[in-house]
Amino acid sequence: MNSLSQNRDQQVAEDSAAIPSNTVQFHLTSDPKLLKVVRLVVGHLCDLAGFPEAQRHRATLAVDEACANIIRHAYEGATDRPVIITARLIDNGIEVVLRDFGKKADVEKIKSRELDDIRPGGLGVHLMQSAMDEVVFDNTLPEGNQLTLIKYLPQFRSDIHEEVIP
Amino acid sequence: MIEVVTRHQHAATIVSIKGDVDLYSSPSVRKAIIALTERKTPAILVDLQNVSYMDSSGVATLVEGLQQTGKYKGHFKLFGLGLAVREVFELSRLDKVFEIYPSEDAAFSSLI
Repeated sequence: MNSLSQNRDQQVAEDSAAIPSNTVQFHLTSDPKLLKVVRLVVGHLCDLAGFPEAQRHRATLAVDEACANIIRHAYEGATDRPVIITARLIDNGIEVVLRDFGKKADVEKIKSRELDDIRPGGLGVHLMQSAMDEVVFDNTLPEGNQLTLIKYLPQFRSDIHEEVIP
Repeated sequence: MIEVVTRHQHAATIVSIKGDVDLYSSPSVRKAIIALTERKTPAILVDLQNVSYMDSSGVATLVEGLQQTGKYKGHFKLFGLGLAVREVFELSRLDKVFEIYPSEDAAFSSLI
């Protein structure tokens, strides 16, 4: 076992020992076919938090896009690498932390394309930022990256109103 | 699992998608749409009535279809978007870029 693997195992053990209440933590491999499982868990957590349907869709989309970015960029398409997702109910919404152990992202390059530039791709970051209230990227860890996504319930925000789409 | 069924009806080709369109399944959708655009299919109507979820890879696939049909002045229209799919189009502001119709009949009517 190399030192990176040992560090990862140690990190996993430390994380597992410190799971707070109202928290779901799960480990998965970087396989796109598992994304639906992630969406189901996050969607259910949003239901527990009390999000309206449209906001639940948005939060689920953001976490799905974050996972897809890990698969595509941090792991460059490899389907057997570890991803740890820690999702928890907070007082006024939900927080989802995604941890990978892949290629470090260049924070300067993490940006959405201009939306007027109509072309396939490049929307994931925009969708995450639009769907969530806080998106915090950390690539200062010894290995890999960590992304924290927070979404507040509508009643805790003054700048949104729920849209009903027929 | 995803199902992508293509059928020809009158002057249009309808691509009916059933399931979630995400990073795992969008290559299947892309394969079906690109097969049509490579044959310069004049009118492609994408049926999203049974799509319960779509991510940016699904949207990218549809943008590619729109752009490819545009190259030969074909039609590429969407219909039957549910709440979750409409959300992603609105967030990416692509709801103004695509021709989106509530039903298959409405999409057909727009071709006349």
